[in-house]
Amino acid sequence: MPLLQVEDLSTYFSTDAGVARAVDGVSFSIEPGETLGIVGESGCGKTVTSLSIMGLIANPPGRIIAGSSIRFRGRELVDLPEKDMRRIRGNRIAMIFQEPMTSLNPVFTIGNQIREALTLHRGIGRSEARRVGIELLREVGIPEPEQRFAEYPHQLSGGMRQRVMIAVALSCEPELLIADEPTTALDVTIQAQILELLADLRGRRGMAVLLITHDLGVVAEVCDRVLVMYAGQIVESGTVDEIFHRARHPYTEGLLESLPKLAAGGRRLHPIEGTVPNPVGWPTGCRFSSRCPYSWDRCEAYVPPLLATEDTNHLSRCWLEDEPERRRTSAGAGSEW
Amino acid sequence: MIAFVLRRVLASIPLVLGIATIVFFLLSLAPGDAASLFVSPNITPEVLEQMRRNMGLDQPVHVRYFRWMSAMLRGDFGISFSRNQPVADIIVQILPNTLILSFCAFLLAFTAGILVGVLQAVRQNRLTDSSLSVVGLFFYSMPSFWLALMLILIFSLGARNLWGWPIWFPASGMTSVEYPFMSPVEQLRDRVAHLVLPSVSLALVLAAGIARYMRGSMLEVIRQDYIRTARSKGLSELSVIFKHALRNGLIPVITLFGLYLPFLFSGTVLIETVFAWPGMGRLVVDAIFQRDYPVVMAGTFIFAIMVVVGNLVADVLYALVDPRIRYD
Repeated sequence: MPLLQVEDLSTYFSTDAGVARAVDGVSFSIEPGETLGIVGESGCGKTVTSLSIMGLIANPPGRIIAGSSIRFRGRELVDLPEKDMRRIRGNRIAMIFQEPMTSLNPVFTIGNQIREALTLHRGIGRSEARRVGIELLREVGIPEPEQRFAEYPHQLSGGMRQRVMIAVALSCEPELLIADEPTTALDVTIQAQILELLADLRGRRGMAVLLITHDLGVVAEVCDRVLVMYAGQIVESGTVDEIFHRARHPYTEGLLESLPKLAAGGRRLHPIEGTVPNPVGWPTGCRFSSRCPYSWDRCEAYVPPLLATEDTNHLSRCWLEDEPERRRTSAGAGSEW
Repeated sequence: MIAFVLRRVLASIPLVLGIATIVFFLLSLAPGDAASLFVSPNITPEVLEQMRRNMGLDQPVHVRYFRWMSAMLRGDFGISFSRNQPVADIIVQILPNTLILSFCAFLLAFTAGILVGVLQAVRQNRLTDSSLSVVGLFFYSMPSFWLALMLILIFSLGARNLWGWPIWFPASGMTSVEYPFMSPVEQLRDRVAHLVLPSVSLALVLAAGIARYMRGSMLEVIRQDYIRTARSKGLSELSVIFKHALRNGLIPVITLFGLYLPFLFSGTVLIETVFAWPGMGRLVVDAIFQRDYPVVMAGTFIFAIMVVVGNLVADVLYALVDPRIRYD
C-alpha cells in the first residue's frame, strides 16, 4: 500500500475575477521511504497541492472539490474532522517552507518552537522535550545546540533557521516530510548543505519526502521520481532518469532546454516563450498549447489525458504520444527558437 | 535594561521641568489672579493688595517663577490659595482616586479592545466583524460625557425608576452615604459598584480605538508564514491565535499604551465632573477657574510625570514582548 495516495485532487479558489482552478485533477502516490519531486514554474499549483495534503487550505476562499481523495496509509484525509487532522499534521506528516527567515515565530525562542510539537503529539514533559529538542538540533547540524535552544530566530542565519525548521518538522518522526521549496531562499553553498542534510536524514529515518521545487538541478540530485506540473495539472511523470534523459512532454523539454549546462559550452539557452495562463480561465484544450512549438489543431480543441510512453510508468499529457510522427515533422521548429 | 530605564528617567527630568515652566508662564498670562476672586464691595483695595502680598502675587513673574521652582525642587508645592491647605496634602488625598479610576478604565479598555480586535480579525469581513466595526465606530465617535449620561440614564436612572431593569449601578461619588456603616465586604462591593459606570464610560472610547488597531495588526500577523508553520505543527486554532499571533499582534498596540495616557487624563476631567468623582481632573479644573496657581502647577506636574512614566512603561513592555528589541 502506498504511503500517500492522491487521486483526482482539485483545489479551487474563489476570487473576484472568478473561480481559480489552482489544482485541477492531480493524481499521484508516494511509497514509504521514497522521494518524489514536483517541479513546475510559479503558479502551477505545486504549493497548493502540498497545502491541500496538509489540510491547510483556508476556506474561504479555497476549497477542495468533491471527488478529490487524499489517502494517507489508506485513511481518507479530505473530509477528516479538523480535530483528527491536527493529530496527523506535524506528527505523521510534517512540512517545511520556502522562507526560513519568516517561517519561525520571531517572539519565541527556538526551544519553545521545537518543544511545541513534541509536547503536543508525544505528550512528553518539558524537560524531556528539551532533551529531545537539543538532540534534534544536533542531528540537523546546529553547533552548540544547548545554547541555540534558548536563542531567538533573529539571532540565527537563514541556513541555520532552515535547519531549525527541519528539526521542528522531524521532531515527531513523521512518515512523510513535505518540503516546499526548502532551498529557494538560501544561497547556493547553503542550498547544497540543506539538500545533503535532507537526503541524509531521509536515509537514516526512512521517511518519505515530497520535494516541491522549481529547480530541476535539485530534483536530479535527491529525487527518485518526478512529477512535472503545469497549469494545475500533472503533465509528465516518471523516474529522474526518464525525465532527464527521455523527456516526452514539450513543456519538460522546454524546462530542460532552459537549464544552463556546463558541458554544452557556448550554446544559447532557450527559454519557454510566454507565461502560464490565468488559472481563472485555463485554455480549453491542452493548457500548454499556446506556448508549445508542436501545437496543432487537435491540441487546442481536446484536452490530452496522461498517455503511456515507451517506458512503463512514464506518462506524458501530450497528443504526441498518440501521433508520434508529429514530433519528427515539427522537430525542427523546436530548435529554431 | 536597567541602564536604559535609568537613562530614560534622567532624560525625562528636563522634559518635565520644561513642561512645568511653559505651563507656569502660560498661566501667568491668564487675566486675573487668586485675589480677584475675593473682590466685593466689602473688601477695600488695600486689603486686596495685602492678600496679593501674602500670596506673593505682587512680585514680577520671573521672581515668582524662581521662587516656585526652587520650592518645588525641594518638594514643597506651596499652599493652595483657595483651600488654605498645603497642596501636597490635597494631592495625596485626591491622586489615588484618579489613579484607581484611570487604572480600571485602562485595564477594561485594553482587555476589551484587544479581545474584540482579535475576534474581528479572525472573523474578517463576516457579520461579527462588520457589526463590531459599526458598534466600535459609534463608541469612538460619541463624546465620553454623552456616553456617561446615557449609561447613567440606562443603568442608574432607568434601572431603578423606569423599567424595573435588574442591573443597577450608582451614578455619583466614590461611596454610598451609608458607607461608614457597612461591613468590610459590603464596603468593597460598594466601592466597586461606584467604579463601574465611570470606568466603563472612560474605557468605551479607548476600547473602540484599541480594537481598531488590534484588528489591523492581527490581520497582518495571521497572514505571516510563521502562523502557517504553527498550523502545520498541528496546533489548535486557539493556540495558533492566542499564542503565536497575539504576542506579535500586540507589539504595535503597546504604542497606544503611552499614546492614550494623556487622552485618559483629559477624559477623566469630564467623567469626574459627570460622576461627581473627587479626582485630580476636577481638582485642577476648579483650580484653574480660581487661579489657584500652586494647585494647577502641582496637578500639571503630576500629569506630566505620569505621561512620561507611561511612555517609559510602554518602552519596557516593547522589550518584554519583542525579543528583537534590546536596549543597551
